Amino acid sequence: MALKEQFEIPGGLKKWSYALMGLGLLTLILGIVFLHPFSGGHGEAHGEAAYGATKFWMALMHNGIFWLLVTVSSFFFVCATTLAQGGWQLSFRRVPEAISGNVNILGPIVLVILLSYVWISPDHNIYHWKDVEHVKHDAKLTWKSGFLNPVFYTVLSIAAVGLWMWFRNWYRKNSLAEDVALKGETSFYWKSIGIAAAFLVTYGLTVMSTLPWMWLMSIDAHWFSTMYSWYTFASSWVSGISLMMLFVIFLKNKGYMEYVNEEHIHDIGKFMFAFSVFWTYLWFSQYMLIWYSNQPEETEYFIDRIGAGGKGGPFKAIFLLNLIINFVAPLLILMKRGSKRNYTVVTLMAVIIIFGHWLDFYQMITPGPLKALEQQHKGASNSLGHFLYSLGISAGFLGLVIWNTAKYLTKAPLLPKNHPLVKESVIHHT
Amino acid sequence: MPVKKFVVGCFDDEKTLFPAVKNTRKAGYKIHDVYTPFPIHGLDAAMGLRDTSLHTAGFIYGITGTTTALSFMSWVFTKDWPLNIGGKPSFPLPAFIPIIFELTVLCAAVGMVLTFCYLCQLAPFVKKDHFHLRATDDLFVMPLEVTDKTNVEEVKAFLKNAGAVEIFEKEAETGWWLGRYDKDKKLFEKEAATA
Repeated sequence: MALKEQFEIPGGLKKWSYALMGLGLLTLILGIVFLHPFSGGHGEAHGEAAYGATKFWMALMHNGIFWLLVTVSSFFFVCATTLAQGGWQLSFRRVPEAISGNVNILGPIVLVILLSYVWISPDHNIYHWKDVEHVKHDAKLTWKSGFLNPVFYTVLSIAAVGLWMWFRNWYRKNSLAEDVALKGETSFYWKSIGIAAAFLVTYGLTVMSTLPWMWLMSIDAHWFSTMYSWYTFASSWVSGISLMMLFVIFLKNKGYMEYVNEEHIHDIGKFMFAFSVFWTYLWFSQYMLIWYSNQPEETEYFIDRIGAGGKGGPFKAIFLLNLIINFVAPLLILMKRGSKRNYTVVTLMAVIIIFGHWLDFYQMITPGPLKALEQQHKGASNSLGHFLYSLGISAGFLGLVIWNTAKYLTKAPLLPKNHPLVKESVIHHT
Repeated sequence: MPVKKFVVGCFDDEKTLFPAVKNTRKAGYKIHDVYTPFPIHGLDAAMGLRDTSLHTAGFIYGITGTTTALSFMSWVFTKDWPLNIGGKPSFPLPAFIPIIFELTVLCAAVGMVLTFCYLCQLAPFVKKDHFHLRATDDLFVMPLEVTDKTNVEEVKAFLKNAGAVEIFEKEAETGWWLGRYDKDKKLFEKEAATA
């Protein structure tokens, strides 16, 4: 049997990704025209109109950071399995390798978004700490200003994104070199373990700790939670696994990846199931500790979302929906062995999980910057308009991820056939 | 429990065991069981055993734990003896969740262990016949049941052909009995007689 190991981009994928990117670009242009991203700041319009710029940057940050972390988590998958000397993932490892290629595109895009917000946009509703005058009168922000200041923000963001790109491209180069090397040559294998180990340290110090504090938690600058970065990581990681699942099934349906069978699908399904529960564990740990100790400086985060004292907050519905589709649905639907081996069920669940965690990021980011608006008009912080705008921008990022992943998939054979453990993946069964 | 007659084939390699199991089923002989010193991946599928229902039982035990914990605590704190603890509502669901989780895990785990023991007929003092003592050491032992229609010599030849290193006939108790191996002479006497 001749292996179809060289991927060619099908017309349908090209059409869809262009359509999505077009939709995203259209939304972006509409945003630039109507939301005045470079206006704002003190002493200008009041009420809803003053928050146009905030909403513009919020949507870009939400989607940029979400999709960037999702694609980085794909590389985390590659590195974690490499370091554990896993063999089962090899028959589809080129997929997460290709998805992580998006870091090369999304990384610079996100840096441009974040740094233009921090340095160029006069708006400071998202990051209160960038307003020097405000920080002077705010004891807590003054205390935190060693960490939360534009210069350190810039340095850490550039360093983190740069390191991800560097490690990812180094790993990929090594992986491609292995393909054309002599059969039985193991030096590439040992080198990949070294790269993976070094990347995991970097990943632990960025995505699993400092970066979500800086990029996302500092939106609610007075509030803090030690679980936050783990929680963000869990969100992006389970979405990354789901995205990988979708690409694997897509390739399978197109007749590629003969060596991937339902055993591998079952194992990826287990990851989706397990890390949905892991996400819930972190969600609950963060929620319960804050609920239990009931300290005003901690509970404010949840009051902005679900309200307090019997009065529902603006995000109550999304907050509960978030729990249902990210915990209850995967728990009950993916629990059975048969459903983890059923292509239709896992595809559906992967889509649901990615949307659920996108929604999770939405409710993590939106309430903070619109807090003052919410106090003026009840319910104004969770508007359908902004939700649809975010969704439109997300379409653009999704199109970019699909197009870019497909492009990286064409650049290498789909099976790393010289990898010493590749046979383990071919004969894998659970 | 009935004592039945078996032809026992012993194999010293997985590589010969798997085709032997497959061919035995194809030839229509009745495999009583395959005893191995360690769990072998895929052997259950090769023997044509159905998937275990142990996980379904586990799910039911877990759900039992969940409902027990939730309903009991709800009853205690809302109906029976409401307490004001730190100004929290009398139905503090987040505070219940760790306990609900613990009881779910406890019931599922203990229930599954006991069910597993029941299914495998494992309990203190419950004894079963060993077809070959080396099945706990380094031999894969496959007893085939001898029925009215079985030609014993033919089965022996078949096993020999399949790569068995040791073949013998044995009458064995198929069920379990209460006793102690060190006091129970019966087991070893029978083995000495048939060997």
